[in-house]
Amino acid sequence: MTREASTRWLRVAVIGAAVAALEFLCRAGIVTRLTMIPPSEMAAALYQILADGRFFADMRFTAQNTAAAMALSIVTGFGLGALVHALPRLRRVLEPLFSAYYAVPTFVLYPLMIVAFGIGATSLIVVGAMFGVIAMVVNTLIGLDRVPASFAKTARVMRLGGLRTMLLVQLPAALPSLLTGIKLAVAYSVIGVIAGEFILATAGVGKRIAFAYNDFDTRTMYALLLLIIGTVMVLNAFLHHWEQRLHRRWGRA
Amino acid sequence: MDSPHAELRGVSRIFPARDGHQEVHALGPVDFQLARGEFFAVVGPSGCGKSTLLELVAGLQPASAGDVMFEGRAVSGQPPEGIGVVFQEDASFPWLSVRDNVAFGLRRAGVDAAEVKRRVDDVIAFMGLGDFSHAHPAQLSGGMRQRVCIARTLVLRPRLILLDEPFGALDQQTRLLMGDELLRLWRETGATVLLITHALDEAAMLSDRVGVMSARPGRFIDIIGTGWSRERDSRIVARPEFGAVTARLWNLLREESIKALGHG
Amino acid sequence: MNGARAESRRGDCLWLALGLVVAWHALFLLAGADALAAPAATLRRAAQLLASERFWADATETGKAFGLACLLAMLGGLALGLWLGFHRRAGEVADPILGSLYSIPKITLYPVILLIFGLGLSAKVAFGAIHGLFPVAIFTMNGIRQVPAVHLKTARMFNLSPWATVSTVLMPCAAAEIAAGLRIGFSTTLLGTLIGELFASSSGVGFILIRAMDTHEVVDIMALTFLLFAFAAAANAVLHALERRLG
Repeated sequence: MTREASTRWLRVAVIGAAVAALEFLCRAGIVTRLTMIPPSEMAAALYQILADGRFFADMRFTAQNTAAAMALSIVTGFGLGALVHALPRLRRVLEPLFSAYYAVPTFVLYPLMIVAFGIGATSLIVVGAMFGVIAMVVNTLIGLDRVPASFAKTARVMRLGGLRTMLLVQLPAALPSLLTGIKLAVAYSVIGVIAGEFILATAGVGKRIAFAYNDFDTRTMYALLLLIIGTVMVLNAFLHHWEQRLHRRWGRA
Repeated sequence: MDSPHAELRGVSRIFPARDGHQEVHALGPVDFQLARGEFFAVVGPSGCGKSTLLELVAGLQPASAGDVMFEGRAVSGQPPEGIGVVFQEDASFPWLSVRDNVAFGLRRAGVDAAEVKRRVDDVIAFMGLGDFSHAHPAQLSGGMRQRVCIARTLVLRPRLILLDEPFGALDQQTRLLMGDELLRLWRETGATVLLITHALDEAAMLSDRVGVMSARPGRFIDIIGTGWSRERDSRIVARPEFGAVTARLWNLLREESIKALGHG
Repeated sequence: MNGARAESRRGDCLWLALGLVVAWHALFLLAGADALAAPAATLRRAAQLLASERFWADATETGKAFGLACLLAMLGGLALGLWLGFHRRAGEVADPILGSLYSIPKITLYPVILLIFGLGLSAKVAFGAIHGLFPVAIFTMNGIRQVPAVHLKTARMFNLSPWATVSTVLMPCAAAEIAAGLRIGFSTTLLGTLIGELFASSSGVGFILIRAMDTHEVVDIMALTFLLFAFAAAANAVLHALERRLG
């Protein structure tokens, strides 16, 4: 078996063991029903929810918001990153602030967003994007830094303009780092949007989780958590696979 | 001394398949003996397994078949005591000063501080690094950094010194001077030296014997003796025998190099 | 950094600060007092808070939980990252798992944590710790994996034990990445602790925040956010300076 395949199997085994342990702890009563239900029941509850399409509208709402937030944070993040990269003086003063940004509870700005954008998707999308944009900016900077000087010189010899140099040379060259930024932006968008829905409780999967918690409906709550975790894992697996293909074809930076 | 310092008996190295690549038969089978105190160079086309050969002798890689012996004992798993390696890439630790770099191995081996200082001072002077002992590698040229790596290896007093294309990243003039340095080092320490290089003139100029490897999987096509005296330096390039040796090497290598280019 | 450069940097910082304040004020004029607070009003309120005893009582509450969470996140993250970075196989297996765990909106785990830890300090600490653990672990792991192979070979030639390899070669080489991870871990742990307080507590900065959100006290929300950001930025600057001094 190739190393890659055996790594994959090992991963499945590790996850499987963890789930099995949880199942055992729940069924044995070591973890009470008030706290958590066994994973098998979570899966069953999720299946029911998906089958009767109860929360379909909410799921669609969340999916749309997340997609929009991802797109917004990736494009804005890249644009801002490229801009800051081109202005070294600005970069020098901004850079120390980036890691501080992660401490800002951006979702507290939700109420303010609502006043500005009204209740509804826009506020959620904007705050979801705000969460992830810095990760994209930071990784764009790292990626553009890594483009060898000879690439830019080659572009100049070939007389490509500024925009074409950026799109045809620098963007592909920076892609490995950009992918890292995209992975983070995706993660943060999901977090931002669902956190917003959780707090604002107007619509979406986040709202349903909040309601279920308040009603002590642990079945629904855990089913929805499982849905989110499952979706996130699939997204991540997809991105990871794409990243591996890139590394194999282009070699690691 | 009759028994060889190091020996390979029927040694092969096969890299197992991984990540969508096929299994690679990198080297061998190779039979080869290294005499104590000699200066031996290995040349061969790119990809022929020269570096693999070196790492097998050093104990950094396990042989897939055959025995690797050093000083009469089998080499397996762990690099044996008494062997020093200078790698192709810059192996100097960028976060330590030159002095701390050179002292690194000694300190980790638990040698007491006074002895460390004495030996480090000696080797730094020996390698001409005296003026730079408090600098960091990033502030030095490529040649100086390789000297730091050599010093770090030397300070442990290895009986066998392995060098994997140590001067590959240097310009020609620096290479020639470093070659002279290497000869001086060899004479004054009495160590056995195994040098991997792709530069035929370097091999012809520096060594007592040169082993020519075939294209992958690498095997020795021939081993040529140069017959130089021990007190030699780079000026032997003026001698007609030097041209003859280099020509012989290229004759052997030319075919193999063309084959290797095809492999890609 | 020589004198001229440091001075121009200070100058640039001032320009940036000025630019941000101007942009902020413009946004305020655009969006209205219901959505934003003006810079002047925000700073005034922030100063008021800093002078109030009640605020400091809350801040200490948060500080206690934050301190504990930080310790857990950094030590745990470092240990995990070192292990996964050093053992290639383990790292390969764990990479996507870590990525997925990192992407889970931890706020949705909040009910689970509450159910396990109950209301109070331990819930806050747990929340903070799980927020900070992952960036530290991920950055550390990546830093270790990027150590050039030649340094590992050198370590083997010196017959270093695994612990010696990690402490004298891997960690110094990956120091920059590990430091970046710790700084981000610091900030995210702070955020996590706050989130924990938003719901699990009746005191602490998080609690004041949610009260401000409920009563739509725009100035309070902005003043608190500003203070949090300023604290995180100051702490980061200190950590940065420490790094430079040691490295």
